[in-house]
Amino acid sequence: MDNLEKIEAQSIYILRESYREFKNMCMLWSIGKDSTVLLWLARKAFFGHVPFPLVHIDTSYKIPEMIQYRDDLVKKWKLNMVYGQNKEALANKQTYPDGNVDRIQCCKNLKSGALKHTLSGDWTRYRFDHDVQDYVEDSNKEPYTGVIVGVRADEEGSRSKERYFSPRDKENDWDVGDQPPEFWNQFKTDFSPGTHLRIHPLLDWTELNIWEYIQRENIPITGLYFDRGKGQRYRSLGCYPCTGSVESTSTSVPEIIEELRSGKFANIAERSGRAQDKEDGGGLETLRREGYM
Amino acid sequence: MLDNKIVQSQLEYTDQQPEINAKNESLIDTLERMNIVIVGHVDHGKSTFIGRLLADTGTLPKGKLDQVKAMCAANAKPFEYAFLLDALKDEQSQGITIDTARSFFKSEKRNYIIIDAPGHIEFLKNMITGAARAEAAILVIDAHEGVQENSRRHGYMLSLLGIRQIIVCVNKMDLVDNNKEKFNAIVKEYQEFLDEIKLTPLAYVPISAREGDNLIAPSESMPWYKGGDVLTWMDKCEKQASKDKQPFRFPVQDVYKFTEAGDDRRVFAGTIETGTISDGDEIVFLPSNKEAKITSIEGFNLPKQSSVGAGYATGFTISPQLYIKPGELICKKGETPAKYGTNFKANLFWLGKKPLVQNKKYKIKIGAARATVYLKEIIHVLDASALTTESSKSHVDRHDVAECVFQTLKPIAYDISSDIESTGRFVIIDDYEIAGGGIISESVDSTSRLEDVAHQRQFLWEKSEITAADRSRQMEQTPTLILLAGPRDTGKIELAKFLEESLFKSGKKVYYLGLPNMVGGVSSDIPEGVEDRDEHIRRLGELAHLFTNAGMILISTISDLDTYEIKMLKTLLDGDQLIIVYCGEYKNQFPVDSIISKADGEEPEASIQKIMELVEAKQADTNYYL
Repeated sequence: MDNLEKIEAQSIYILRESYREFKNMCMLWSIGKDSTVLLWLARKAFFGHVPFPLVHIDTSYKIPEMIQYRDDLVKKWKLNMVYGQNKEALANKQTYPDGNVDRIQCCKNLKSGALKHTLSGDWTRYRFDHDVQDYVEDSNKEPYTGVIVGVRADEEGSRSKERYFSPRDKENDWDVGDQPPEFWNQFKTDFSPGTHLRIHPLLDWTELNIWEYIQRENIPITGLYFDRGKGQRYRSLGCYPCTGSVESTSTSVPEIIEELRSGKFANIAERSGRAQDKEDGGGLETLRREGYM
Repeated sequence: MLDNKIVQSQLEYTDQQPEINAKNESLIDTLERMNIVIVGHVDHGKSTFIGRLLADTGTLPKGKLDQVKAMCAANAKPFEYAFLLDALKDEQSQGITIDTARSFFKSEKRNYIIIDAPGHIEFLKNMITGAARAEAAILVIDAHEGVQENSRRHGYMLSLLGIRQIIVCVNKMDLVDNNKEKFNAIVKEYQEFLDEIKLTPLAYVPISAREGDNLIAPSESMPWYKGGDVLTWMDKCEKQASKDKQPFRFPVQDVYKFTEAGDDRRVFAGTIETGTISDGDEIVFLPSNKEAKITSIEGFNLPKQSSVGAGYATGFTISPQLYIKPGELICKKGETPAKYGTNFKANLFWLGKKPLVQNKKYKIKIGAARATVYLKEIIHVLDASALTTESSKSHVDRHDVAECVFQTLKPIAYDISSDIESTGRFVIIDDYEIAGGGIISESVDSTSRLEDVAHQRQFLWEKSEITAADRSRQMEQTPTLILLAGPRDTGKIELAKFLEESLFKSGKKVYYLGLPNMVGGVSSDIPEGVEDRDEHIRRLGELAHLFTNAGMILISTISDLDTYEIKMLKTLLDGDQLIIVYCGEYKNQFPVDSIISKADGEEPEASIQKIMELVEAKQADTNYYL
């Protein structure tokens, strides 16, 4: 087994363990490369099926191409797709692009807040109806208590402390100091009723592994990651007001792999284009406690 | 829920040729990867070691060093390499590592993941989490402070966790003037300890993490040391040998049938722990001892496989179709099978907030199996830091290491850990938490837990003057539990009530006990939402024992059932006082006395008639013996 096969097997094991143990599960699909790899791994784990809904938080500031790509794959793979949104903050213009709040608060409003209420089911969820080929209000208001998320340990300091199975208490708090032990591929899968859980099958993957796997499996990825003639591409996808592109002429997956391995990005952190990380010393850590993924 | 159309299209996709980019495989990094954990007593310099290693090997992301330096400057504190890893706010404020953190770096030989394990005793579970993922370990001892409690405890934990490749770094040599004698004294003291647990490290290396001495190159500060720097020793660690040669072990993680699929595959999913398996191989499920043959190896976006080996997360279809619950262990016929039973001896470390005690119900997870388990006996408790043995201790405290005998309620399949490591170790769950881990050292021949309970109960029972035979004669019936089993929603409850009424009208002393009647009363101590099937079966068995002891016929229903649960009930009842009627499509899931299937178009009256005949037959039997 090579390294990619090993981490693939581990991720599949964790996905299957989650599916066995938890009801009311969903998987977050940010449309980016990591969670798309995660979606692919789910199809691997369940032999072509994805037996739980995919959830996307639409901040309305996503690059339009991302939404297009999302809906194309939803149709092609007939996915059970659900999205949610902070309608109130958008209506009241409580966003950074509107100039009314700072970047961190904007993330709190449009991402963490929307996520929390979409997961709990107290805000409207929109589910893709394959019969009418459009999103309709989802009648399922049950809270999702298990959420599969595509975070990687190498992304950023706070993520390197995550567990594969990470309980959050009722306030969604993450007690970094008191996390359950995980060893011998046995995870904490027993919970008192009402516990919420984050599951992180990609914890051991690096940015390079993600691209190598995309290459090996031929996973369809949004074109935003590639240079399309302007000498620029996105390395990490987010909302357009806060996500900068990087200067790169990579037009294909092999070129990106080359660039990451030995080229100019070999020593530059992936999220360096994300402005919200820089606003305070531990911006992302603050957000993660609030449920940001 | 997916509709048919959706799933069909997914299947069409599955049937396509796998889209694997063979031509570009050369792009994929073939460098092997190794997890190495850094352990040791608190403040002996683990984080500094990693920070310095990352900086010196030039593997830090460009922004990182500057970012941390700037943060230090902003807070007016001197820069330390340890801060590189301490990315979390509360960790910085305490100045100790509380959780394992992973860092990535690369040598010419391989990619490394360095796992930073906390040294503070309070965070032992985090240390174990980190160390269990590692193939090798670096154990750091402060040259100035010398061997401390957790230097020893961590060494012992590494041996229990099965990590055999250990590099001991005597750190902060600069604080002892790079003194050779000081180094040798620590080596001697620590080796004496390791000898007791039969552990030999790969090397002892004198280092100064802060100064970068002997980390990635030999240091000029310690010319007397010629044994090689830490990185050289790391590169000398070996990857674990392939487990393909060992007997086949496949814990059944789940059984999938995504019926909405138009997909008729019934797939046994899991990860191969050891060995290999091929299409057509004959297999045996343990502990049920059912046999079948592999008919296909399943996968998605994969070329058709005829065999698959250790480490792969895969799936099989089998023939004939068997009723198997997740948790069984598949072995290959013709190879050494796994053991199975209810009693075994193990070495265990305990992390639980509450001590491990006897007569308390725990849950064990081993392979994919979960079972109810009890601590049967403590052979001895070891103080891991001092390595002194206490044999008189009646419980196992947090952070203790002990040798114990465990007893499960139902049989489980396992291996002796020295034979096959991955199926020879388990965790114990107490109050929803992973509270301990153990490795099985031997099987113990003994009775099961419930046999012990039933035996004890018999011993304590205060008998009245009326015998069972007296009651039987007067009540003109044989006391029996009639259990209607089978899948959910097959009309078991209606049938049970109809049966009660029919038996009652024919003069029997009969009582119907519904599941909700138990939940609200006898089982009201089990919190809502908690499913404890073993306990439910036990209580049902004990209630049925009381009813039958009083001469009654008791009727109840249960969804699904397995051979062990039937055995549990028979153990608690008097063996033959049980009639099991299967409602639904019977596929030989477990032995039954009668089958009632709506598919046969049988009228309820006829079904009842069948069961009543069984009751009469039992009575005829009894009368014969009376």
